[in-house]
Amino acid sequence: MATSSSGYSRMFFKLRKYANKSQHLYHIDSFNLVIRTIWTSGSKTQLQTKVHTKSLPQMVGVVGLEVHAQIQSTSKLFSGSHVRFLAPPNSLVSHFDASLPGTLPVLNRRCVEAAVLTGLALNCTINRKSLFDRKHYFYADMPAGYQITQQRVPIAVNGILVYSYFEGHRRNQVVTKSVKIKQIQLEQDSGKSLHDDEQSQTLIDLNRAGVGLMELVMEPEMCCGEEAAAAVRELQLILQALGTCQANMAEGQLRVDANVSVHRPGEPLGVRTEVKNINSVRHLAKAIDYEIQRQMEVLQSAGKVLNETRGFDSKSGNTIPMRDKEGLQDYRFMPEPNLPPLFVYESEASLPAGVDPAQVVLIDRLSAQLPELPSVKRTRLVEKYGMLQEHSFTLVNEDGLMDYFENVVQTAKAEPRKVIGWVIKELMGNLNSQNLKVSQSPISPCALAELINLVEAGHISSSTAKQVFQEMWKAPEKTVGQIVKEQDLWMINDKEELQQICKRIVDSHPEEVQIIRGGNTKVLNKLMGKVQRETKGRTDPVQVRAILEKMVS
Amino acid sequence: MFCKCAARASSALRPLHPRCGILTLPALNNTASGSGTFWSRTCKRESSNVNSASNSKVPQAPTWEPIAENQLPSPTRVSPDLVDKLERLALVDFGSKEGVDCLEKAIRFADQLHVINTDGVEPMDSVLEDRELYLRDDLVTEGECAEELLQLAKHTVEEYFVAPPGNIPLPKREERSAMLKDSEF
Repeated sequence: MATSSSGYSRMFFKLRKYANKSQHLYHIDSFNLVIRTIWTSGSKTQLQTKVHTKSLPQMVGVVGLEVHAQIQSTSKLFSGSHVRFLAPPNSLVSHFDASLPGTLPVLNRRCVEAAVLTGLALNCTINRKSLFDRKHYFYADMPAGYQITQQRVPIAVNGILVYSYFEGHRRNQVVTKSVKIKQIQLEQDSGKSLHDDEQSQTLIDLNRAGVGLMELVMEPEMCCGEEAAAAVRELQLILQALGTCQANMAEGQLRVDANVSVHRPGEPLGVRTEVKNINSVRHLAKAIDYEIQRQMEVLQSAGKVLNETRGFDSKSGNTIPMRDKEGLQDYRFMPEPNLPPLFVYESEASLPAGVDPAQVVLIDRLSAQLPELPSVKRTRLVEKYGMLQEHSFTLVNEDGLMDYFENVVQTAKAEPRKVIGWVIKELMGNLNSQNLKVSQSPISPCALAELINLVEAGHISSSTAKQVFQEMWKAPEKTVGQIVKEQDLWMINDKEELQQICKRIVDSHPEEVQIIRGGNTKVLNKLMGKVQRETKGRTDPVQVRAILEKMVS
Repeated sequence: MFCKCAARASSALRPLHPRCGILTLPALNNTASGSGTFWSRTCKRESSNVNSASNSKVPQAPTWEPIAENQLPSPTRVSPDLVDKLERLALVDFGSKEGVDCLEKAIRFADQLHVINTDGVEPMDSVLEDRELYLRDDLVTEGECAEELLQLAKHTVEEYFVAPPGNIPLPKREERSAMLKDSEF
């Protein structure tokens, strides 16, 4: 790859030298840029600076993410209305959510606990005292005219999110990176607005107004869409494991905005744009890569990148500037006068007098409740079962797959490595093609274990087993034994019968036998294939090969 | 509550409301110096009756003194651009000369705070800072009052509130004065 890169670049360099900046050449320039972008986004080690005439270092992208995670709680952050995804419009709205005068916010303990749990899982420092502020801006879906957030002193600061992704031709080289979490803060969600362009009006639904959000601000340490996507996937797994957020991007429970800019390493950061309206992890990667490329092109053609908000259009894969161009907003932050400071205590022992322990948030109580995080699960799987890291990722990523796997391993008498093959290739293959979840699998762990046991015991061959698996998928009510008997798929272990079949094949293929005797052993595979086909795959390839070899020689 | 008491008191000899804790009307001599407002009059009257001058938290003689102009930082002038920006951010109309004067005087009044030495003192963000912030249990206690809320809006469509599409930007200064001339104000 490296040599061809220099080949291409040399060719383009010559073209550029001999032609002036015509429209035609601009395309070549950007094509060159695209090649470089694709190659550099993979791994940093391929950054080679022989392309530019001025020998300037390559421009790299700088990505910082702002993640809003909807807290999974029964009631909202400051009011007692229910939190639910689908409900009749404005039915889950209390007087406070509608910002009627005279209403006051009352903080929900569960939301504070969720924020502290997330902070602990991401290795943050929990601020014992945090403050609430008002962020003022006018928009119809925020009736109060301000949002209660934590700008000055948030609840958790300085954490780390460790994530991994796979590289290489076969995606099996794991690259582990980390990104610093600047802060985690509690804030209110706004309502939903449905734009009706025909009648030139917006319909406002306040069901979502006031729901608790955790805003996670990450430092701009990532460089491309792939890294950002991997970080968000890991964050999703962590939040789901903690139970603090269901992290479903399609349902709006996890909203990610990307701040993208480009610069040359060593120089100050470039102007950043904010990319919004990203509905899935894959769109995130595409949007970021597109935006980095667009900014590089703008700078290459001596333009200036504007500090603006752009929306991602999933159909075209482009980012488009958004309508409301208001320039830099001044939010006039002010302390929330209705909420005293929020105190979070270490342990019951450190509580001041007169404070009820059941009423407050205790950090050590929450630390004890921390479940096993995904990274710990993966390490445990690799150590216990000796599987490859990529397999541990697949098991932990898929909801319920790890339990399924462990179930099968316990019931079956086979080695974990063989079970992994079944679970990842056959089971996941079928589930993915039919878009099913592990919980919807027609084959239970016991049934799969039974099947694997039959293969191990030598009653059916591994190729037959795959057939049986598909049959079991279609008819889950039948047992493994039933299917094998019905289709007569028992392995042929009788030596006599095997000898007879092999003799038949050998006799009917004299030319092939001659070729094998002549020295070309590859043709033996063809004979083996014939035997397999004759017996509908009910033979053990090892035995057949041995018999054929003896017969032929 | 205070205003009512003061009103009753000033209409001569009616007994005050029991909640004030005073049953009879005292002589008005104490307040003859007239510090000006209703508030200080009623406070002094209360304290001089209830606590009889020994435990009074209100000083017997004024203790404030005027601050010289040279102690304050230079007066802030509010430029028309700033007025415009503030009007857009807060949607408050104070673009007239009187409005700007009032604002500048208010800023001047607040400038007096600069004289105080606040070294080593943490800023206060809430008068409730020594109280526990009450944390509510995660239960559903409100909601399901859509009809009640929708009645408050003039214009609704099928249980949704109706708003104009996007934010309508405030018209520029020149256009606005033209608008105001035409309007009823």
